[in-house]
Amino acid sequence: MIDILRDYGLILLIGQYPQGPLGGLAMTLVLAALALIISFPLAILVGLARVSTWKPLARVAAFYVHTVRGLHLLLVVFWAYFLVPMIGGKDINATLMMLFALVVYESAYMGEIVRAGIVALPTGQTQAARALGLSTPQIFGSVVLPQALFNMIPSILSQFVVLVKNTSLAYVIGVDELTNAAYQVNGQLLTKPFEVYGLLAISYFAICWLLGRGVSLIERRIVKKRSGATPVAVTVSQPA
Amino acid sequence: MTGRGRIACRSVQSPMADLLLARPGYFALLLHGLGITAKLFAVSWVAAIIVASVLTAIRATSSKIAQGVIALFVEYHRNVPGLVQLFVWYFGVPQLLPRDWQRWINRNDGEFLMAAIALTLYAAAYMSEDLRSGLRSVSSGQSQAAKSLGLTYTQTMRFILLPQALRNALPALVNQTLALFKATSLAMMIGVAELMHAVRQMENETYRTFEAFIVASICYLAISYLLIYLGSVASKRVAMSKR
Repeated sequence: MIDILRDYGLILLIGQYPQGPLGGLAMTLVLAALALIISFPLAILVGLARVSTWKPLARVAAFYVHTVRGLHLLLVVFWAYFLVPMIGGKDINATLMMLFALVVYESAYMGEIVRAGIVALPTGQTQAARALGLSTPQIFGSVVLPQALFNMIPSILSQFVVLVKNTSLAYVIGVDELTNAAYQVNGQLLTKPFEVYGLLAISYFAICWLLGRGVSLIERRIVKKRSGATPVAVTVSQPA
Repeated sequence: MTGRGRIACRSVQSPMADLLLARPGYFALLLHGLGITAKLFAVSWVAAIIVASVLTAIRATSSKIAQGVIALFVEYHRNVPGLVQLFVWYFGVPQLLPRDWQRWINRNDGEFLMAAIALTLYAAAYMSEDLRSGLRSVSSGQSQAAKSLGLTYTQTMRFILLPQALRNALPALVNQTLALFKATSLAMMIGVAELMHAVRQMENETYRTFEAFIVASICYLAISYLLIYLGSVASKRVAMSKR
């Protein structure tokens, strides 16, 4: 395993960069981070739509969320591979297709986290805000969302771990990320599949485990800061 | 083919005959894929429940070593993508086995076998965590009462604690069941001819991508909703009567 790391470590880490496009672990992390950043505002919209009192909007949002949660990300990736070139032209990058799939998929799951965070706030908050004469946008913008989002920080950060794992499916459409890099290394070595894929599994394990530790550290600090108020522990089951 | 020939071809096809699933062979292909998906799901689900129960029972003992090993097992499966776990089992593990075993695996549908093993362990890790928190919510009086009645550890687990843990953990287990069902589609990546694989084949042969993916989405959604429904029925049936 050590010799594989010595010979191919750099390819697994950053791909062909700087001679060629970015790949490997760096691409995995970039994809996951971009997906999280783009999904976040969309998820807030989805969460607000889910709790909207205007029924058609709430129904459309519910349909979207339930559809995505009934499908595996693999199928969403295939859909993106088919649909994105129709919208963005034939020579669109596979990385963008994957990003699209991740954002569509993640916004639904994170939207549910946002919804749970809003629902978990005591109704007294909204009632008090209304009694003070605030309008609905003001209630959500300056009373409900700031509190709900603060409570949800751990859940949203742990979605980053889920996203890192989910990027492995980018291999399917040929994006040059960590799993794809390992697949190529395996193709060159041919005789050491256990070592290569073992190394791949260990890499994901190390990254996701460390990120998970980080998230629970932040969670503990938030609980401490909010002691008195009950923090929301939202678990949306989404193994990758 | 000349332009005239193509027009002639199209004019004889009725719109009904042009539906993807109405073409000869494709409906059978889809049904075959559904069958493999169902088989893979059923085998892995049953095995995962058994493995998860055993893991939970062992983890509840006082052996620190056993607890550590199982904790590592669970953390591995939670922190490594399902696709990578599948690759480790399909590409990696056979390398470690004796030649005879490798040949036996290749002769006996190794793709299905390895997919089933990978999915079982993957789901078992998540389910054992759910069962563990289910077990923790069973009051300690239960195991003390069982002990005072003279039941052994295995009997206490089998007849007293695990059934109650199962009931507490049911909503979480339904979620994991759904996740396992969806994850069976990953098996196409190592060449198991399940539903997603069948749909990809249809798409490759006909270039009717939209129709093929719609068919796949509807199949997966329908079964997902069926599982959610069955889960809610089960939850109602095992719900404790309020006293």
